[in-house]
Amino acid sequence: MAVRVLFLGPLRDLAGVPQAEYPAPLDWETLLAAVPPAVAEQLREPPVHVACAGMVLADKADLAARDDDEVALLPPVSGG
Amino acid sequence: MTRLTLEAPADVRLLDKGLSAGEALAAFNAAHPEAGGIATFLGKVRPDDDVRVLELTHYEPLTLPGMRELADKALTRWPLDGVLVWHRIGVMHPGEGIVLVAAAARHRRDAFHAVDFLMDYLKSAAWLWKREKRADGWHWIEPRAQDFADRNRWA
Repeated sequence: MAVRVLFLGPLRDLAGVPQAEYPAPLDWETLLAAVPPAVAEQLREPPVHVACAGMVLADKADLAARDDDEVALLPPVSGG
Repeated sequence: MTRLTLEAPADVRLLDKGLSAGEALAAFNAAHPEAGGIATFLGKVRPDDDVRVLELTHYEPLTLPGMRELADKALTRWPLDGVLVWHRIGVMHPGEGIVLVAAAARHRRDAFHAVDFLMDYLKSAAWLWKREKRADGWHWIEPRAQDFADRNRWA
């Protein structure tokens, strides 16, 4: 009964691991409490987005991840 | 050489190895015989700042679908025959191609604009993360204010 959380880009360095599993269900407050403090601090910043089950959340505070969902933490991008 | 078959009107790819601009453009040109012109942009790993390698990571469920949506936006916004949007992921060395964008249109201005638009969004809105390895280790690349300003020209 778990939610897989992926730390993408620079968040992977802050977390020290590429991914972690936390107990389901997982909402915004439980996510902030579960991840390492350095990651939680970044997550509160507006440019960091959150995706759940393949969809980017318009408002990350609406996170409602259920068992087996994959949550991706998406810091500012840099392509091209 | 096996002839590449491209999807029309949009051929969108994430490549984990070599990006051959010549091969891609030959196929793109062949796929759009009615076009009056093709504009292209090839982005490369800049050989400066002591950069040894560059690594691009992506997130499978979002990155390619996001690039496809972007290609569709360009096709809706300008009268184009087709677009090609190819982006490398993985490890690259200075001088190697990172991104190849092409637009085929009846008239050149639409093709130029579409390529410019696609690049501005790929730089600052595609789900890709870039880091460089220099003499003192890895450095994540943050988007520059200029990248956002460039993108906002199209809003």
